[in-house]
Amino acid sequence: MELTNDIIKQRLTEKFGDEVTNFEAPYGMLTFEAPKELNLKVLQFLFEDDILQFRFLTDLCAVNYPDDEGRELAVVYHLHNLVNNVRIRFKVFTAVETPDVFSATALHAGANWMERETYDFFGVNFVGHPNLKRILNVDEMDYFPLRKEYPLEDQTRIDKDDAMFGR
Amino acid sequence: MARPVQYNVKNEGGKPLQIVGAPEGFNGDGFFTTKLSNVVGLARKNSIWPLPFATSCCGIEFMATMASHYDLSRFGAERVGFSPRQCDLLMVMGTIAKKMGPVLRQVYLQMAEPRWVLSVGACASSGGIFDTYSVLQGIDQIIPVDVYVPGCPPRPEAIIDGFMKIQELVGKESIRRRNGEKYKQLMESYGIQ
Repeated sequence: MELTNDIIKQRLTEKFGDEVTNFEAPYGMLTFEAPKELNLKVLQFLFEDDILQFRFLTDLCAVNYPDDEGRELAVVYHLHNLVNNVRIRFKVFTAVETPDVFSATALHAGANWMERETYDFFGVNFVGHPNLKRILNVDEMDYFPLRKEYPLEDQTRIDKDDAMFGR
Repeated sequence: MARPVQYNVKNEGGKPLQIVGAPEGFNGDGFFTTKLSNVVGLARKNSIWPLPFATSCCGIEFMATMASHYDLSRFGAERVGFSPRQCDLLMVMGTIAKKMGPVLRQVYLQMAEPRWVLSVGACASSGGIFDTYSVLQGIDQIIPVDVYVPGCPPRPEAIIDGFMKIQELVGKESIRRRNGEKYKQLMESYGIQ
């Protein structure tokens, strides 16, 4: 039996009811959302369920929506069912003041470096991560560069004309 | 039959052979006097050992510069060294990320005096188009630079031109410069002992 988006959606709503929301399928890829407290429960269900079998974490990243109050940071999990070759996208949202999300390292070992990267660029605090420190940027960096409150350009330059460089 | 070797053996066809001229001095019967720094400068400038620190596309241009078509070895820089302890000229070619800054600085510190630095391309000289949080905005923030080569990336001719400017500096440098107060101040401004 082919694993369709409808089956995945049905399995998830059977298990979690109203907690899983915002189902959509842009370009055919099933995308849904859950409260951030439930992220490990949902990931574990997706991992262990005999039908779903989403056991490969392709990517883990964050998105910053500065205008969406209380939901400024989205953590996005891209999961892959290697048996049926089906991919889904799972999001949790958190406020930027309390960017605490449970770490998925116990479930997916590959989440380790991806969570460090997400912490490095967005400052998402992955609770339970074994070694949450910067991975790509210099250790001395005192901000999270991909959050939209920080300008892209290096602010230490004084020799560039601000008007010409969009500052 | 012996294989005929005809090039670089004798000057056939009367092509002008380029030999470095003697420095300014006093010439007499069987003797020649000049300043020591001139002789040292002459020797140094025509036997520079470059250390390539190539991180991106400028490094590809450097490869063309070293290869047969442009041939940097015509300037006495045949011997590209890959140990900073042996080299005289640090050629920084390409984008230097902030995280690589300490590495570049370490390489510079490992070089023995006298040492020179050539900054090739827009990225090494000023950060170039990468005006962003992760890129060092010019290597002169961490190490002193002698000559900057503009371009993105510069053509091999431009790199050779920069190299010849370095040669000019090397040839004219006083042998006392590196012990001077001014040089000490320059090093201290970079926090180098």
